Amino acid sequence: MHNKTIAEISRDLAAGEYSSTEITTDLLARVKDLDKGLNSFITVTEEQALAQAKAADERRAAGNATPWTGVPMAHKDIFCTKGVLTTCGSKMLSNFEAPYDATVVENFNNAGAVSLGKTNMDEFAMGSSNETSYFGPVKNPWDTDRVPGGSSGGSAAAVAARLVPGATATDTGGSIRQPAALCGITGLKPTYGRVSRWGMIAFASSLDQAGTMTRTVEDSAMMMNVMASFDKKDSTCVERDVPDYTSTLNDSIEGMTIGLPTEYFRDDISAEMQQQVRNAIAEYEKMGAKVKEISLPNTHLSVPTYYVVAPAECSANLSRMDGVRFGYRCEDPKDIEDLYCRSRGEGFGNEVKRRIMVGAYALSAGFYDAYYKKAQQVRRLIKNDFVEAFKDVDVIMSPTSPTPAFKFGEKTDDPVAMYLEDIFTIATNLAGLPGMSVPCGQVNNLPVGLQLIGNYFDEARILNAGHKFQQATDWHLKAPQGIE
Amino acid sequence: MEWEVVIGLEIHAQLATKSKIFSGASTAYGAEANTQACAVDLGLPGVLPVFNEEALRMAVKFGLAIDAEIGLKSVFDRKNYFYPDSPKGYQTTQLHHPIVGMGHIDIELDDGETRRINVTRAHLEEDAGKSVHEGFSGMSGIDLNRAGTPLIEIVSEPELRTAKEAAAYFKKMHSIVTYLGVCDGDLSQGSMRCDCNVSLRPKGQEEFGTRTEIKNVNSFRNVERAINAEIERQMDILEDGGVILQETRLYDADKNETRAMRSKEVENDYRYFPCPDLLPVIIDQDYVDAVKETLPELPDAKKARFENDHGLSATDAAVLAANRDLADFFETAAKIAGDYKLAANWVQGDVSAALNRLEVGINELNITAEQLGRILQLIKDSTLNNGGAKEVFNALVEGKGDDVDGLVDSLGLKQVSDTGAIEEIVAQVLADNPKLVEGYLATPEEKRGKAMGPFIGLTRKAAKGVNPQVVMEVLKKKLEELG
Repeated sequence: MHNKTIAEISRDLAAGEYSSTEITTDLLARVKDLDKGLNSFITVTEEQALAQAKAADERRAAGNATPWTGVPMAHKDIFCTKGVLTTCGSKMLSNFEAPYDATVVENFNNAGAVSLGKTNMDEFAMGSSNETSYFGPVKNPWDTDRVPGGSSGGSAAAVAARLVPGATATDTGGSIRQPAALCGITGLKPTYGRVSRWGMIAFASSLDQAGTMTRTVEDSAMMMNVMASFDKKDSTCVERDVPDYTSTLNDSIEGMTIGLPTEYFRDDISAEMQQQVRNAIAEYEKMGAKVKEISLPNTHLSVPTYYVVAPAECSANLSRMDGVRFGYRCEDPKDIEDLYCRSRGEGFGNEVKRRIMVGAYALSAGFYDAYYKKAQQVRRLIKNDFVEAFKDVDVIMSPTSPTPAFKFGEKTDDPVAMYLEDIFTIATNLAGLPGMSVPCGQVNNLPVGLQLIGNYFDEARILNAGHKFQQATDWHLKAPQGIE
Repeated sequence: MEWEVVIGLEIHAQLATKSKIFSGASTAYGAEANTQACAVDLGLPGVLPVFNEEALRMAVKFGLAIDAEIGLKSVFDRKNYFYPDSPKGYQTTQLHHPIVGMGHIDIELDDGETRRINVTRAHLEEDAGKSVHEGFSGMSGIDLNRAGTPLIEIVSEPELRTAKEAAAYFKKMHSIVTYLGVCDGDLSQGSMRCDCNVSLRPKGQEEFGTRTEIKNVNSFRNVERAINAEIERQMDILEDGGVILQETRLYDADKNETRAMRSKEVENDYRYFPCPDLLPVIIDQDYVDAVKETLPELPDAKKARFENDHGLSATDAAVLAANRDLADFFETAAKIAGDYKLAANWVQGDVSAALNRLEVGINELNITAEQLGRILQLIKDSTLNNGGAKEVFNALVEGKGDDVDGLVDSLGLKQVSDTGAIEEIVAQVLADNPKLVEGYLATPEEKRGKAMGPFIGLTRKAAKGVNPQVVMEVLKKKLEELG
């Protein structure tokens, strides 16, 4: 049962092949069995899951089921869930129970989905390897000596290991697409403003966007049908109709123009990696797509720009974690200063502290113009590169990450090397564009991801392109050894 | 040395919106601690602000009232600092693009002169919560009910030169925001708070001296007193050749002195940056024009109208126009009576006295403008004499009835002006008091005016509401007949 996709489970439940309670029980057992080795969940909500499954079965019997009613899934532990721990991978929130549901969570609850629990992540979504989680690193199901990517490593690993058919995730600089690529699954980051950020614990507010982790593009479309909504509680959420993303999956892509940015096919990317991506492009050409070399000349500025903007925003966003009203508080504070310093000093991990300090520095008097203001100007240049490019092409394609999954500890002492993991994904966030990673090959038995970048609110088109690729290839069907 | 005083005020006015600036929680004052703070006000992880458009409308209204430039694009920034009653660790405010730009107001000085004071800007921001230091056994409690209440911070140019001017400026701002209905103006509840920046410089010097900031002064009187105390303190230091430290100070009203709160020698770096959770606020001229349509007549215009169209003195007009409720009360009564001067005398006399005695506002008084207007009408047509009018007024104030004409009847105050009827009463009074009449007749001619007093009293006692004018005439005639 665990190999079933969301679409298949939805159909099976509708056909009465099995009940939600049955598949939920089955997957919960699987989580219990396999997750000790993977650590992809921080919290498993067995009781609530079974109650939701029971309610879903009753709803189906009552005749008002949606395509999602009774379908099991999981939420990244960055989404607030009423009455369930929401830790954001941090000691700081290790005891935090939100009194409300994130809009994304509410949307899935309303559709009748069954949440098995909360998935592991880099602390406050800061990391590209899941090694910064207070709850320990997540292991890559393809090779447990290797990282799953980050920050949504728990969601990616859980889906790759067939513990759940889909999971929510978030992407600030590549946190959906890079772990999706490293775990051999499909990950979509929608356009900024497409999905509500209400209840999603902020890392960098102008970059954060919720998205999907699934095995197939079709399932991603199904998740998007539920997640995307206009939400008055998020002022940056865009009021715009939500199409049925599944309805255009099979549209012909003949004549579609694919842009290949020269800056994304760099010499320092291994020949094998590049070959996998080239093979995928060739597949598209067979389907009638046209390929065009393009240039995104400011690409080299995206990592430095990101590492000013994101830390600056996080330095303010994380100020509320002060030990006063919720979360971790140090023992026996002497006074308020001591309470702040020790609660934050003890509650945050090193990577989070590093980014808060970088951000505070970038915003400080005398440096603001040179860093934050300059970064915002460069951000506009980066965005303009894409706007120009999309005048000529429909979709931009590239590798998702520069390397396949790397070993634990390999980059932990070199933050810059770690930051470069997101070199192909970060510009998309800075521009606010939708991006997706689909598995497109393997190097040394490790999955490689193909990134598809679409124009604003053009999720339907990249889902269409991704789905057509999965109809023609079987990379997305490959499972890690021992998982089948 | 001769010193010039330089004063600038920063006034925080809470906007009278029903809900908070970025959340749906109520702004009502006085609720149990933390019962009016929702997840947004508590700064819980994952929450997002949504801007309350009512706060925008009120801020624009204020801007128009002080003839200011309105920011068609205003931007919210985060001001970062840690403080227990600032739940997010930053305050959302407007730094570079405030909703209200340069404007001005006119203040009247004691000598009758008017001075124009420029207002640098007014920006929207959220209020903080309150720390409570008593009752928590050595710890502090935090009440976040006030957190997120919308404020406009109104910043004056450093153009005020005396403490009196500063108080007049604060008073005028109070008058304007309450006229507009954008702030309830309740100083005791902290609806308006004033920070006073004070510095001294040698007369003639262009460069400003080092300033201190007196935080959170919350009455007109204390603004004046605090500034004067600070001027004196600074002058003493400067005269002795000392230097002023740039710092934040608090005013102790009991000791009438200011004392240092925390040193600002090391300037706090607030690391401002645009709030990424809020879009820039864009409005167009149509919006501004529509708000302009809703502006009421403002104190200056009202004062001028009272003076020019209705012949009130400058002082009367200023007092009556300063408070919108009082002005409305006055004008309603004046219109009914058809006599602005009479109404002005009453409102500044008996009405003000009642307000002071009962310590209430005009809208809480047990008499309506319509009722006062009716009383004045009855004075005008001689139905009531002044004493009778006061009696009806007091009966209403004391809640002894609410129908003016009914009270006039039941209290027997209807003034008798009919000479025949009065003659009868007077004849009776004279007949009943032969000794008094004797005494009167024995009084030398030139002192008889005064000696008539007792007869007037007795006549009025015998018949309430007799027209005193007529009584005088009749008495004079009758007594002359006797002697």
